[in-house]
Amino acid sequence: MAMTKDDIVLQVENLRTYFQTRWGTVKAVDGVSFDLRRGETLGIVGESGCGKSVTVLSIMRLILSPPGHIVGGKVFLEGQDILQLSDKEMSQVRGSKIGIILQDPMTSLNPVFSIGDQVMEAIRIHQRIPGRNGVLEKALEVLRKVKIPAAEVRVRDYPHQMSGGMRQRVVGAIGISCQPLVLIADEPTTSLDVTIQAQYLRLLKEIQEESGLALIFITHDFGIVAKMCDRVAVMYAGRIVEMGDVRDIFNHPSHPYTEALLSSVPKMEEDVDRLYSIEGQPPTLHNLPEGCSFAARCPYVMDRCREEYPPQTQTGEGHFANCWRHGA
Amino acid sequence: MSTLPGQQSNGGPPGSPQGRDNRVLLEAQGLKKYFPVTKGLLLSKAIGWIKAVDGVSFEVREGQTLGIVGESGCGKSTTAKMLLMLEKPTEGKILFQGEDIYKVGAIKRKEYRSAVQAVFQDPWSSLNPRMRVKDIVAEPMVINLQLSRKEIRERAEKLLTDVGLNAYHANLYPHEFSGGQRQRLAIARALSLNPQVIVLDEPVSALDVSIRAQIMNLLRDLQGEYNVSYLLIAHNLATVRYMCHLVAVMYLGQIVELSEVKELFNNPLHPYTKALMSAALPSHPDIQREEIILSGEVPSPLNPPSGCHFHTRCPWVMERCSSEEPGMREVAPNHMVSCHLY
Repeated sequence: MAMTKDDIVLQVENLRTYFQTRWGTVKAVDGVSFDLRRGETLGIVGESGCGKSVTVLSIMRLILSPPGHIVGGKVFLEGQDILQLSDKEMSQVRGSKIGIILQDPMTSLNPVFSIGDQVMEAIRIHQRIPGRNGVLEKALEVLRKVKIPAAEVRVRDYPHQMSGGMRQRVVGAIGISCQPLVLIADEPTTSLDVTIQAQYLRLLKEIQEESGLALIFITHDFGIVAKMCDRVAVMYAGRIVEMGDVRDIFNHPSHPYTEALLSSVPKMEEDVDRLYSIEGQPPTLHNLPEGCSFAARCPYVMDRCREEYPPQTQTGEGHFANCWRHGA
Repeated sequence: MSTLPGQQSNGGPPGSPQGRDNRVLLEAQGLKKYFPVTKGLLLSKAIGWIKAVDGVSFEVREGQTLGIVGESGCGKSTTAKMLLMLEKPTEGKILFQGEDIYKVGAIKRKEYRSAVQAVFQDPWSSLNPRMRVKDIVAEPMVINLQLSRKEIRERAEKLLTDVGLNAYHANLYPHEFSGGQRQRLAIARALSLNPQVIVLDEPVSALDVSIRAQIMNLLRDLQGEYNVSYLLIAHNLATVRYMCHLVAVMYLGQIVELSEVKELFNNPLHPYTKALMSAALPSHPDIQREEIILSGEVPSPLNPPSGCHFHTRCPWVMERCSSEEPGMREVAPNHMVSCHLY
C-alpha cells in the first residue's frame, strides 16, 4: 500500500496507562505507539491482560479514574491531541469521530430501551438532523447498512428479542451511525457462532470498503487477524512487542512470542504433528521483571534479556520487533 | 516457519487412526432428548417440545477420541449430559460395553458413573472454591474406591504430577491457580478413578491462547498413558482436527455427518459441514476460502423444519429435502452422511 503521511488518521505516541491498586501500580499500557491510516485495518493481538483493551479505552478516554490514569503519551486524531481535550470536547469526538464495538452485545446495549431509541440517541447527539422523523430515517438507514432484515419493524424491538448476531449488528450500527474516521472493534465476534461470525466479519469489511473508515481490531485470535487485518501489533505485558504487515508477521515472525503463539494454534487446513506449547503463564503486571517481560517463557532467552528491555529494531520494511536477537 | 527449540514431536493423537479394530466402549443408539415447553403454573401441561437431541447414534472406541462439533444450540452439550447420566434420554439407548446403562442394576450403574468422567468448559465454576486441591482430587476416590488414606494421598500426588502440577500444590485452594492450572486440576480429578471414557465439554475454549496448546497436548499425552477414550465437544474445527480420530457434525439435534477425521477435512460432504469449514477462520492471510453463505440463522428446535433440518439454509436444496428426511448413509469407508445429494 502506498501511503503518505497525510493518510494517517490516528497516531498514538508512547501511551501509558497505569492503575493504582492495593498491590502496587499496574502498568497496563506502558509505552504503546502506533499509527493508523485511512481505510486500513490494524489488528492488536494478545492474550487477556496484555493491555489491548486498555489501549483502546485510553484512546477513547474511557478509563475509570481512579484507579486508572493515563500518565503519559499523546493521541493525535487528525493532528489534534485528544488527550488534551476537555471532557466536554472529548464527548463530541467520542461516537462521532471514533466509534466502538464492544465484545458482548448483551451488556453494551441497554435492555430497557428499544434498539431504535439506542441508535437514534447517538445520531441525535452528534448530528443536527431536525425532527424525530429525520432522525428515525437516518437510524433506519444505518440499520439497513448493517443488514438488519425488516429494519422498520425491528427498530421497535428490545435487545432481548434479537439473537446475538443481530444484537451485535445493532452495536455496529451505533458505531458507524455518525460516519466515524476510526472504528474500534474490541473482540466483536467472540460471543458469536462460527457461521454468524463469518457473516459479521464480511459485513464489517463491506462497510469499511464503502466508507473508507480505519478499523482497529482487538483480538486474541490469529484467524481473525489473517482474515481481516492489513497490519498487526502484537502486545505482551502492556507493550507492543512486534508490529508489521500481516503477511510479514505470519511468514517471518520476528519476536519469539509471536512465533510461539503462531505455532501453538491448531490449523484446520493441515495436520499439525504437535503444537508448540508456551511454558508458564503471562507475568502479573504489578510486578514485572527487569528486562524483557517474555524472558521467563522465551526459548531463546539470553543473559541480556533479563537485564535490559530490548529497544525497537527494524527487521523488515515496516516491520519492527523488540527483541535482543535482532541486535540493538 | 522455523521450529522453536525445546519441543519434541511425537506424531498425531495416539491410537490407530482407522479405529475400526478398536473395541467399541460406549455406544449411543437413537438418542433423543425432548424438553417440554409448558403452559400454566399449577396444572401445567406441555404445549410443545424442544427437540434438543433428535435421534443421535455414534460409537466411542477404546483409546480414541470422538469429536462432536456444531454451533450453539445444536444439542452437543445435551448429548454429553445424557452420556454422563445428568439427563435421562427421552428415547434411545446408551450401551456401555454392550449393556444398556438404564437396564442394569445399581452396582453396575455406579461402575458406569465411575468409568465415565467429565471435564467442563469453565474451570472457574467446576471446582469447589472451599475445597483444597487434595480433597478435590481425592473426593471421587474416597467415595468410590476402598483405599486407605495413605494410598489415596499417594495417588492424588501422582495424579497432580501427571497433569503437570506439583505435589506441593495439594494444600492450596483453587483460587490460587491460573485458568490453565485449574483445568489441569479438573483433568486430574477426572482421571482419579481410572475412567475409560472422559467427556470433555469445550475443555480449552475458556483458556488463553498460549495455554490452550498446553492443555491439548496434555490431554493427548494422557490418552496414551491412561488408555482412556475421549468424547470431545467443541465448536472449533481446528481443535477437533488436532484432537480427534472421529468427528460427528451436529445440526439442530441431529448428526449430519460422521467420519474419520482426515477424511472429513479432506472431503467434507454435507452442505452444513462445508459451510462450517468455509466460515472457519484461516490460519494464514493467503488462504482464501470460497465462502458458502448460509442465509439466516439456525431455526428454533421447538419447530424444526420438516424433512432435512438444514433445508431452509442449504444452498443446494432440492424439492425432496423439505418433505423427506435423509437417513445416514455410508458413502465412503468410515464416512457417513445424511443428505439427499449422496
